[in-house]
Amino acid sequence: MRGARRGPLPGFGLALGFTLSYLGALVLLPFAALLLRALQLTPARFWELVSTPRTLAAFRLSFGAALTAAAVNLLCGLLVAWVLERYRFPGRRLLDALVDLPFALPTAVAGIALTALWDERGWLGALVAPLGIRVANTPLGVLVALVFIGLPFVVRTVQPVLRGLEPALEEAAASLGASRRQAFARVLLPELRPAALTGFVLAIARGLGEYGSVIFIAGNLPERTEIAPLLIMIRLEEYDLAGATAIAATFLAASLLLLFAVNLLSWRQRRRVGAA
Amino acid sequence: MSERDRAPAAPRWRDPRAEPPAVRRALIVAAVAFLALFLLLPLLVVFVRALEKGTAAYLAAIAEPYARAAALLTLRTAALVVPANLLFGLAAAWAVTRFEFRGKNLLVTLVDAPFTVSPVVAGLLFVLLFGAQGLFGPWLLARGVKILFSWPAIALVTAFVTMPLVARQLIPLMQAQGSDEEQAALTLGASPWRMFFRVALPKVRWGLLYGVLLCNARAMGEFGAVSVVSGHIRGSTNTLPLHVEILYDEYQFQAAFAVATLLALLGLLTLAAQALLDWRLRRRGGA
Repeated sequence: MRGARRGPLPGFGLALGFTLSYLGALVLLPFAALLLRALQLTPARFWELVSTPRTLAAFRLSFGAALTAAAVNLLCGLLVAWVLERYRFPGRRLLDALVDLPFALPTAVAGIALTALWDERGWLGALVAPLGIRVANTPLGVLVALVFIGLPFVVRTVQPVLRGLEPALEEAAASLGASRRQAFARVLLPELRPAALTGFVLAIARGLGEYGSVIFIAGNLPERTEIAPLLIMIRLEEYDLAGATAIAATFLAASLLLLFAVNLLSWRQRRRVGAA
Repeated sequence: MSERDRAPAAPRWRDPRAEPPAVRRALIVAAVAFLALFLLLPLLVVFVRALEKGTAAYLAAIAEPYARAAALLTLRTAALVVPANLLFGLAAAWAVTRFEFRGKNLLVTLVDAPFTVSPVVAGLLFVLLFGAQGLFGPWLLARGVKILFSWPAIALVTAFVTMPLVARQLIPLMQAQGSDEEQAALTLGASPWRMFFRVALPKVRWGLLYGVLLCNARAMGEFGAVSVVSGHIRGSTNTLPLHVEILYDEYQFQAAFAVATLLALLGLLTLAAQALLDWRLRRRGGA
């Protein structure tokens, strides 16, 4: 490894030069523009733009729905990963390949498809309407869209860990008298937890920023079913660049803070597991 | 048969990693139900709604001039963006996995940055650069260069959103492979470019293809970011996903779903190719 330092391989200057110019033009410059624009606003004006009831409601919905959807995906993702890895049943390989659908299906298509399913006359919406449950045009609709969009993350992070587990681990637990349930809770779950938490964090990150799949099903009622990215879009359409910038900068900072906090938590978890 | 399953002596010899059949069946049913509800039904409804007025109406919606113009713009954008991000991915992975330098972790973090940004915010970033009140907008507009609300902005914002996809695929792969073959090729007298094209590139071709597929699917399907910078001019700055939205908002549901099937088929093709590559990679055990 040490010998590789600027080692005999060529192309360091070219590769790094191209990478840095590309990153600089496409990533650093745009972020600098956002920062500059946000700094042009006085703190009082910034606060005024961000603290309106409509903006706060959008933030609450975006963060609440992203966290809830990621939690749903954590549980269902563990179940799906387990069933796909451990059991054999007809259609298993097809379902396994389809798990990545939310990555491959354009979000606008997902949005209109979910709306067609869940609005009051849709296949599923008509089914739950007699129970008094409305999905389209309610916060529940936002949740459904974010569950769809975040579905692959936990499944795909947990699957390889599950595949790589030593059979001896569970056999030892069983021979020492642990029931299947105890073996799962005390032996398997701690092994799966770090990967599951990684998937959870990725699902939150994706859910926070999601736009296309949400806006069709949400109905976009101000202060009720309006997510933060949509509010940024509305401000832009009103030519309110200052408002859009202030909301975007706050949303970006809050998202990074939340992801950092969740990462810190899962890192602590991992260390505790390692120490035990 | 069922008599023997229930025999009291059986559990002692059962596989310690197997659950009771009833539990197993319940878990399978629950998982399949969840996947059917969230994956199969949304996919199915797109095709059913697209064909609800028959094949003639379906074909008419797809062949309509605005739909064709949108498809062309989407293809053109991907043809521009995917090669650019392919080159970037190769350069970034080569720099990061073959050399030691200060700030490497920061560089890798920056490569991932577009993933943590909402597509709408990504669009806003480019409005702040090239809009009429943007950083470069007034200067460029004074010289007659229009970037926002035209195809350059669509290409730029798509490149931003899909930037990490090839690099993310290549970096772990090249890290794991090491550089022994490259070193050997140089020692045997190959020129640097010959070594790169004959040794380094073939080594990563499947991983590269995987990244390109993902990048292409995302580039053709991107909606939020493109929506901000496109201006939605039919026949000129409207991509396929945006066209779906316009039709849907005009209550032309059947036409919207018909155009959406094109994008859904693109997604399904991508998944099939991925599954094929996965199978290939697993059979060969790595490379």
